[in-house]
Amino acid sequence: MQTDTPRPMFDTDELVINMGPQHPSTHGVLRLILKLDGERVVDCDPVIGYLHRGIEKLSENRDYTQIVLLTDRMDYVAAATNNLGYVETVEKLYSIEVPRRAQYIRTILSELQRVASHLLWLGTHAADLGALTVLLFGLRERELILDLFEEYCGARLTYNSMRIGGQPWDVPPGWARKVLAFCDVQEQKLPEYEQLLTGNRIFLERTRDIGIVSAADAIAIGLCGPPLRASGVYRDVRKDEPYAAYGEMEFDVPLGTRGDTYDRYLVRLEEFRQSLRIIRQGMQGLPEGPIMGKVPRLIKPPAGETYHAIEAPKGELGYFVVSDGKSVSPYRFRVRPPSFCNLQALPQLVKGHLVADVIALIGTIDIVLGEVDR
Amino acid sequence: MVETVIVPLIMIVTVLAAVLVTVMYIVLLERKVQAWVQVRLGPMRVGPHGVLQPIADVLKLFLKEDITPARADAGVFTAAPIIVLVPALIAFAVIPFAGGLSLFGLDIPGRIADVNVGLLYVISVAGIGIYGIMGGWSSNSKYPLLASLRSSAQLISYEIAVTMTLVTVIMLAGTLSMVGIVHAQLEQGWWFGFMQPVAFGIYFIGGLAETNRAPFDLPEAEQELVAGFHTEYSGMRFAFFFLAEYTNMIVVSAVATTLFLGGWLAPFPNVPWLSFLGYLPGWAWFMLKTFGFLYVFLWVRATFPRYRYDQLMRLGWKWLIPLAILNVVVTGLVKVLV
Repeated sequence: MQTDTPRPMFDTDELVINMGPQHPSTHGVLRLILKLDGERVVDCDPVIGYLHRGIEKLSENRDYTQIVLLTDRMDYVAAATNNLGYVETVEKLYSIEVPRRAQYIRTILSELQRVASHLLWLGTHAADLGALTVLLFGLRERELILDLFEEYCGARLTYNSMRIGGQPWDVPPGWARKVLAFCDVQEQKLPEYEQLLTGNRIFLERTRDIGIVSAADAIAIGLCGPPLRASGVYRDVRKDEPYAAYGEMEFDVPLGTRGDTYDRYLVRLEEFRQSLRIIRQGMQGLPEGPIMGKVPRLIKPPAGETYHAIEAPKGELGYFVVSDGKSVSPYRFRVRPPSFCNLQALPQLVKGHLVADVIALIGTIDIVLGEVDR
Repeated sequence: MVETVIVPLIMIVTVLAAVLVTVMYIVLLERKVQAWVQVRLGPMRVGPHGVLQPIADVLKLFLKEDITPARADAGVFTAAPIIVLVPALIAFAVIPFAGGLSLFGLDIPGRIADVNVGLLYVISVAGIGIYGIMGGWSSNSKYPLLASLRSSAQLISYEIAVTMTLVTVIMLAGTLSMVGIVHAQLEQGWWFGFMQPVAFGIYFIGGLAETNRAPFDLPEAEQELVAGFHTEYSGMRFAFFFLAEYTNMIVVSAVATTLFLGGWLAPFPNVPWLSFLGYLPGWAWFMLKTFGFLYVFLWVRATFPRYRYDQLMRLGWKWLIPLAILNVVVTGLVKVLV
C-alpha cells in the first residue's frame, strides 16, 4: 500500500464494497456497488447485464411460434405468465379469437404460476432475513405446483405451455381434482408461514418502516405489481384491463397503507389467497368447447404495432411487437419487464439504511435477473 | 503420583476427546434438527442416516488447500484460529461433569480442576477468545472487516449482561467455585434457574449472542457478509473457527447447566415416587441437561429471523444490561432483608 501523505489517526472514509455478482443473496447475478459509511448505505449503484442473452434481438430472427419458447427464459420462475403475455400480444396484433375454454385454462395456469412465484419470493425473502425454515416450507408447496404443471405440459420450469390462438393441450383427466386439492393444501399452509413471520417481533423490526415508498413516489419511479399496490396505489392489470378470463372472475386487490417492506409482505400474502380464489372459480366454471382458435398455418400478422400488458407475479409485464406485414418474424420485439422497472427503485430504497436492510430490500422488490437482463 | 498426575491426565484426555467428538456430532445434530424442522431428511448418504458425515467433513477440510491471502497480515492471520479455539477448549478445565466416582479403588473427581475462582476463570478465558476476531482484520478484506466490527461490538456488549447474571448466581451460592455452586444448589434445595428465572433468561439470550447463534448470528450472516470474519479462511484454519464456535456453544450450555440447572444433580430428589431418577449417574444427567440446552439453541435457529446490527445493540444496552443490573440489586435486597 502506498500512501503519499500521512493519514490522520482517526480519519473516516467511505467504504466501497462490491456486492455481487457472486454474492449469496443478490438473487442471481445482480451487482451492487455500495458506498458505506460504517454500516450505513450512502449510495448504491446497481450494475446489471450479467445475464443478458439478447432475447429481444433473438426474437426478431425467429418466427412468431418460436418466440413463445424464448419468453420462458426471461422470468424463469414464472414462465407461464411470460407465455401468456406474449401470445396475447400476438393475438391482439393478428385479431385472433381465443376460445373461452382456452382462456380459462390460461387463467388457471397463470394464477398457479403466481402462487409458485410468490412462494419462491416468500422463501428467499425470509431466508435473506435469516428465517431459513420458511424457504423450505415454501419450496415444499411450490413442488406441488410444479407437479401440476408437469402433468399439464410435461415441463417443470420452462413450460412453453401456450400457443398463439389457444392452448396446445386440454386439461388432463383428473387434473381438475388435483388442482382443487392443491388449493386446499395451500390454504392450510398459509397460516404456517404467517405463524413464523407475521407476528414475529424480529421480523416486524426488520421489515416495519424499512424502504418506505409513498404512493406518489411509487408512481414517479414506475413501480408496478405488489410493490406499487403496497404503497396504496390501486393498479392491477387484471382489474383495469381484464385479459384472459379475468373479467369473469371475482377477486379483490389487496392494498397496503404504508408502503414499507412489511406491507409488501402482507400484500403478497393476501395475493396468495386471492389467487387460490381465482383458481377455484376457474376450475369450477371451466367451460366446454374447443381449446384452439382458428389460426393460419403461417403466422404473419398484418403490418402494425401493438402493446399489451398483463399482470405477472412480479408486476406489469408488457410486450411491444411491431410487424412489417411481410416477414414471419417480428420487425421489433420489446419487453417491459416488471423486475427491471422495480429494480430502479432500489437505490432510492436503500439510501440511509444498513447493509442488512439492503438484503431485505432486494428481497422485497422480488426481482429475477433473467428478466432484468433478458 | 497416581492421584496427582495420572488421574488428571486421563481426565484431560477424556474430556478433550469427549468434547471434540461432541462438537463433531453437534454439527450433525444441528443439520439433522434443522432438517426435521424443515421437513427434510438432512445428511443421509455417509453411513446409516448420515452418522459418519462429520468424519467425511473433517477429512474434506484436511485435504483443502490452505490459503493465506497475499495482502493479509500473515502472523495474525495464522494466530487467530488458535486464539479462538484454545480458550474455548481450556474452559472445560473447571466444569464439573459429575460428583465424582471411584474406579479401580481410585477416587476419580468429576472434573479436571476445582479452582476456587472457577467462574471467574471461565469468564476470563471466554474473554480471550474474542481476540480471535483479529483474523477478520488481518485478512485485509472488506467483508471480514465489517464482520469483525460487528463481532467485537456484539461480544463485548453481551458479555456485560451475561457477567451480571453470573454475579447473581455468585450472590446466591456465596462461592466462585463451580463445584461449590452445584453444592449450594443441593443444599438450598432449588436449582438457581428457578430461583433466578430473569438471570437465566438473560443468560440464555446473552449466550446466543456470545456464541454468534441465530437470531444474533450477524457476524456471520451469510446473506449479508458471505461468511463473517472467517470469510478468507480455508481448510483446517477454517475448521478451527468452526470447531471453536461449536465448542463455545457447549461451554455456554455446560456453564448454564452448572449454574442454573443443578449440574450433575438429578431432578426431584425429594419426591418419593420419582426417586428412580437418581439411579442415572451424575454425568448422564449433566449430559442430558447440556444437550437439552443445546437443542434449544438449534431450535431457535430454525425458527427465528435474524436481528439487525443496531437492533441487537439496542436490545443489549437498553434492555438486557439494565435488567441484569436491576436483577443484581433486587437479589441483593432480598438477601439482606429476608
